[in-house]
Amino acid sequence: MAEPFQHILVEAKAGYAVVRLNRPKVLNALNGALIGELVIALEALDADPTCRCAVITGNERAFAAGADIGEMAEAEAIPFLLNAQFAKWDRFRAIHMPLIAAVSGFALGGGCELAMNCDLIIASETAQFGQPEINLGIMPGAGGTQRLTHAVGKVRAMEMILTGAPITAQEALRAGLINRVVPVELYLREAEAMAARIAAQAPVAVRLAKESVLKALDASIADGVDFERKNFFLLFAGEDQKEGMRAFLDKRQPHFEGR
Amino acid sequence: MDENQPVLLTEQIGAVLTLTLNRPARFNALDDDLKDRLLAALQAASGDPGVRCLVLAGAGKAFCAGQDLNFGDDLRPERVGDTVRRSYNKIARLLYGMEKPIIAAVNGVAAGAGMSLALACDLRILGEHSSLRLAFSNIGLIPDCGATYSLAHLLPRGLLLEIAYTGRPIEAPEALRLGLANRVVADADLTSETAALAASLAARPTRALGLTKRAVNRAANSTLEETLEYEAYTQEIAAGMADFQEGVAAFRAKRQPRFEGR
Repeated sequence: MAEPFQHILVEAKAGYAVVRLNRPKVLNALNGALIGELVIALEALDADPTCRCAVITGNERAFAAGADIGEMAEAEAIPFLLNAQFAKWDRFRAIHMPLIAAVSGFALGGGCELAMNCDLIIASETAQFGQPEINLGIMPGAGGTQRLTHAVGKVRAMEMILTGAPITAQEALRAGLINRVVPVELYLREAEAMAARIAAQAPVAVRLAKESVLKALDASIADGVDFERKNFFLLFAGEDQKEGMRAFLDKRQPHFEGR
Repeated sequence: MDENQPVLLTEQIGAVLTLTLNRPARFNALDDDLKDRLLAALQAASGDPGVRCLVLAGAGKAFCAGQDLNFGDDLRPERVGDTVRRSYNKIARLLYGMEKPIIAAVNGVAAGAGMSLALACDLRILGEHSSLRLAFSNIGLIPDCGATYSLAHLLPRGLLLEIAYTGRPIEAPEALRLGLANRVVADADLTSETAALAASLAARPTRALGLTKRAVNRAANSTLEETLEYEAYTQEIAAGMADFQEGVAAFRAKRQPRFEGR
């Protein structure tokens, strides 16, 4: 990728990319510049037909320990409003390819919200998830109250958000916040294996399936099922459906072209 | 008691670190200072790749008499809960979680939290006249510092509850028979026998032993299916270590391996 990024590293792999948050000295605190770079990188990758999935990760100690408090301490309400402070975050929602968060260490505040903006979350055994904003006299502002509640239910979300206390990876697994917990040595490899597996699927089917699942979060069942059905029908206009079913009948591996 | 003596002695010989509880006049009872130092020493050892085996021992006649009860204020119920969380739970978590072998060398009595500490170690060597005393119920408390967990994995439930309810001492021969002690040795040989075992374990592939401990901890709370999957993960990690290369090379060359713990 041609973009000269300062706060992230982008590495292209076979069929997917790994995007690493790279502010290790501040535990990957999320400042506006980092989120901006991340969104630009993901949009560029999403437009690249050879990239069909992205892994977002930090380092072993921290996925992201929260927003950059230094940047926010003197902020004022009206400039926040006028500058649409969190507008960049809305652009994650428009990424078509699946996003996988590979989380080790802290995923707190904005870090937890960033992980929840991804479609799947693979965690190391040392990961901890939390929304500690209340300890600073504020509250989650990048979707935490909504996405955490969707993920773990009202009472657990209330406890995490009102006390600020983080939960362990195992607790997050039991609560349904994350997909799996693996040893710290392997969390990135596990996430990459998942990315490679998704990247090998028919891209249009992956895209429409992702859209349909996300629809379930904010549509009625009736509207969601209707949306799903139209997407299902739409896939029969593509070549990959024909290839997939032909390969199944021929007892061979399908070769999807993304058409 | 000599006020200048540190309450926790640390001595490293080769890759073996020995932590000795050193309040002999109080039978090494655990006060805040000793618990803080023990916790700090365990944290340091945990992160030190130069330490490949840990020994926990007691100075003088006893291993450890448990919680020092001369601590006034902290006997208030809410303080007791905090004390357990702040010190004992962290110590037990480290003994269980530290990915290197830990041996308790039990000289004399290990009572209350002292017994819990010995149980939270991976292996226990007892002097022939030593004993384990789960004395908590004698003063109206419950076994803490991980003892209910440790014993649930070491003993059948009926036996565990009998020992917890009665608080009766378990002398070394019974401890050996029940599997609470790995070995019982003559009192005079405890230090040398422990040192020999520790040195031999410290020369083994430390990361593989640590991953074994991690997998065993995990298996204690998992289904067969989860355990099998976890073994595959941890084996993948072990196979990436230099010690695995050395182990295979030595096996093929029919020579003794020289493991470096990485």
